[in-house]
Amino acid sequence: MSVVAELQEQVRDARTKKRALCIVGGNSKKHLGREARGDRVDMSACSGVVDYQPSELVVTVRAGTTISDLQRLLAGENQVLASEPPEFDGKATVGGTLACNLSGPSRPWQGSIRDHVLGVRIINGKAEHLRFGGEVMKNVAGYDVSRLMAGAMGTLGILTEVTLKVAPKPEATVTVRRPLDASDGLRVMNELCRTPLPVSGACWHEGNMYVRLAGPASVIAAAAEKIDGSLLSDDRGFWSGLRETDLPFFADAEDLWCISLRSTHDHFMPDANWLIDWRGARRWLAGYSDHDALERFARDAGGEAWHMRGAQKGDEVFPVRSEAYRRMLLRLKQALDPGGVFNPGRLYSWM
Amino acid sequence: MNPAGTSNSANPASLAELLREFVDEHYVVSGAESKRPFECDGLSVYKQMPGLVVLPSSTEEVRQVMRLCYEHKVPVVARGAGTGLSGGALPNPDGVLLSLARLSKILEIDPSAGLARVQPGVTNLAISEASAPHGLFYAPDPSSQIACSIGGNVAENAGGVHCLKYGLTVHNVLQLTVVTVDGEIVTVGCEGMVSAGPDLLALMIGSEGMLGVVTEVTVRLLPEPPLCRVILASFDELEHAGDAVSAVIADGIIPAGFEMMDSHAIRAAEDYVGAGYDTDAAALLLCELDGTDEEVRYGIEHVTAVFRRHSARSIRVSQNEAERLLFWKGRKSAFPAVGRISPDYYCMDGTIPRRMLSRVLKDIARLSREYGLRVANVFHAGDGNMHPLILFDESKSGELQKAEAFGAEILRLCVAAGGCITGEHGVGVEKLEQMLDQFSDAELAQLNAIKDALDPDALLNPGKGVPTLKRCQEYRSA
Repeated sequence: MSVVAELQEQVRDARTKKRALCIVGGNSKKHLGREARGDRVDMSACSGVVDYQPSELVVTVRAGTTISDLQRLLAGENQVLASEPPEFDGKATVGGTLACNLSGPSRPWQGSIRDHVLGVRIINGKAEHLRFGGEVMKNVAGYDVSRLMAGAMGTLGILTEVTLKVAPKPEATVTVRRPLDASDGLRVMNELCRTPLPVSGACWHEGNMYVRLAGPASVIAAAAEKIDGSLLSDDRGFWSGLRETDLPFFADAEDLWCISLRSTHDHFMPDANWLIDWRGARRWLAGYSDHDALERFARDAGGEAWHMRGAQKGDEVFPVRSEAYRRMLLRLKQALDPGGVFNPGRLYSWM
Repeated sequence: MNPAGTSNSANPASLAELLREFVDEHYVVSGAESKRPFECDGLSVYKQMPGLVVLPSSTEEVRQVMRLCYEHKVPVVARGAGTGLSGGALPNPDGVLLSLARLSKILEIDPSAGLARVQPGVTNLAISEASAPHGLFYAPDPSSQIACSIGGNVAENAGGVHCLKYGLTVHNVLQLTVVTVDGEIVTVGCEGMVSAGPDLLALMIGSEGMLGVVTEVTVRLLPEPPLCRVILASFDELEHAGDAVSAVIADGIIPAGFEMMDSHAIRAAEDYVGAGYDTDAAALLLCELDGTDEEVRYGIEHVTAVFRRHSARSIRVSQNEAERLLFWKGRKSAFPAVGRISPDYYCMDGTIPRRMLSRVLKDIARLSREYGLRVANVFHAGDGNMHPLILFDESKSGELQKAEAFGAEILRLCVAAGGCITGEHGVGVEKLEQMLDQFSDAELAQLNAIKDALDPDALLNPGKGVPTLKRCQEYRSA
């Protein structure tokens, strides 16, 4: 029996027996979202490259393929996943990355994995193996089920295959560092990003602003001269630490929040421990635990707060949604997973 | 006749009365002549008079319209500027045509954050014009950008010539306010760059008004590149041009726009606007590079080298803005130019992997001979989105049907080549049958289940986008 047929069988069986399924790729994102429960669906056998067309900038892989393996394959053709997703010690998979919609520091300029997904194959709650989207850059036939899967954390189906747009690998990168306090850092980052520079990262951390430029060496050398600050001789450690969330800032935090908001929103709670990424549109907060206050703040700032670490068992970790929004999500869940077998409670207690 | 199979408990006259209780009476249109301008969108071979037309002025009024229609089970077709090319805004005879034209305010521009909050009736171009004083622009630029509305762009996930580098509507919208079929207001996405949970924002974008009515859109604005140059190259063989496109991209260059025209389109455009195109060429490429001086210089060097390697007949680089616009003028007027050489044309919108371009073009040429209808080809070559224009004469009996059959075959070619039936125009009413070429019955059933989840009575733009199970059976047995 093929790997997919076995997965379908497992879904059919779970639905009949009314058992929950917990979808696991590399098990590298266990710390995200709420606690998983149910019988394990092991995606590791569902891996490998289905098709790679470098001149089309398109790759199709089975969902259990690791991000590290995929990046290595692409590097051979001088290409890259531009969303720079975390690799989590080589364990993160393409399916898991799309399901959690995780992107690295380049996201505001290069896009997210959600932006780059062109098509998917999924197993739905009726154990049907379905294909949505395709291998082409533009496709508006039918609803965008591929991107609906981004962020769903496996609650709407099992991803078996993912087609992604890839990008040419930038010839070089350079990072300019400048000592600034957080408020000034925010202001300067937002100002810089109004100008047409080849920016691929803008972060504030421990009294310094870091701006990364990417592109042909001659291009970024000229661009770097336009930014005040000193050149960082080796910038890779910093950005990979940011991407993998393993800088000491993250590693030491017992309580960790991630706030997604309008990039220009004022810095607040200046005495708290912050790391500001995505030019201000993503702000990490370590060691703080007033959930309600953060929710309110994030809403007022046009955004939302996620509790990334330190939530009590059973707590919600993602933002509260309105009654109408919840109803939409629940109806969509019912449409894709009528038996409610996939990752129940992983995203929200009520879904 | 009631195509949606809904039970409609209010007749148009009484419904109009109820609507006039909260919408300015001048904007509840029930007279036949006043409704006439709404009978079709940009695909005017499909026409249908709506039961009523209503033009609310706020999200709150839209919500009340939806509540009323939901209560009386009246179909609602949302409409932006009516420039769509797939009949997506074709009215329902028993329904309300909900025009969002009066929601036309730019609510906010935050130049530092690079975002704008606008109402759905604002035109695509107006957003870029309002952003220009801040050195910013809104990237997706469908060819109808002077007239088309951002709400319609969201409904269709509109693209344009610059989406190769800057993405489609779905890549450039951060947040939407949506009124659901039962009149609830929901915000999807956020002003940040990621939102938790299944991506409802992406689900709404491109859903052709079938899952909700958008009443506010937050878009991303990007810094205007300081420099733009376009390279105009001609080729003796379509294959050489097609291969050159792939080679440029494989070389690591992502042009801002990358367009191709075949000999019919070249000649029609040249006769029309005199852009200086090489009329003896089999194919012409327009490759736009933008960015800083250094970026553009780097790009021009590499792209011209690739074109030379692929046997370009001639290569010209625009030397100033006037020349750049002239080079583009031919491409941008290709549709009206083709309109001059034929009484009617039918524009297709299939997408294929780039490497299949030569093969699909040859097949289209063969079909052209078989059907006895000429075809001019213009494409967004960089992203494989083809716009074959089938030339025909509607006044000749049977030619429209022949053109449609030819078009359907082209779309089947696209699907067979690993592509899809629509890159940016949407399915609407036009390509319902071709959805069966693209999707299996189980896949269509899943899409219908999604529709049913958010619109259980099938009131939102019924009979569009995704064929119902019943229609699938009819098509498959035909």
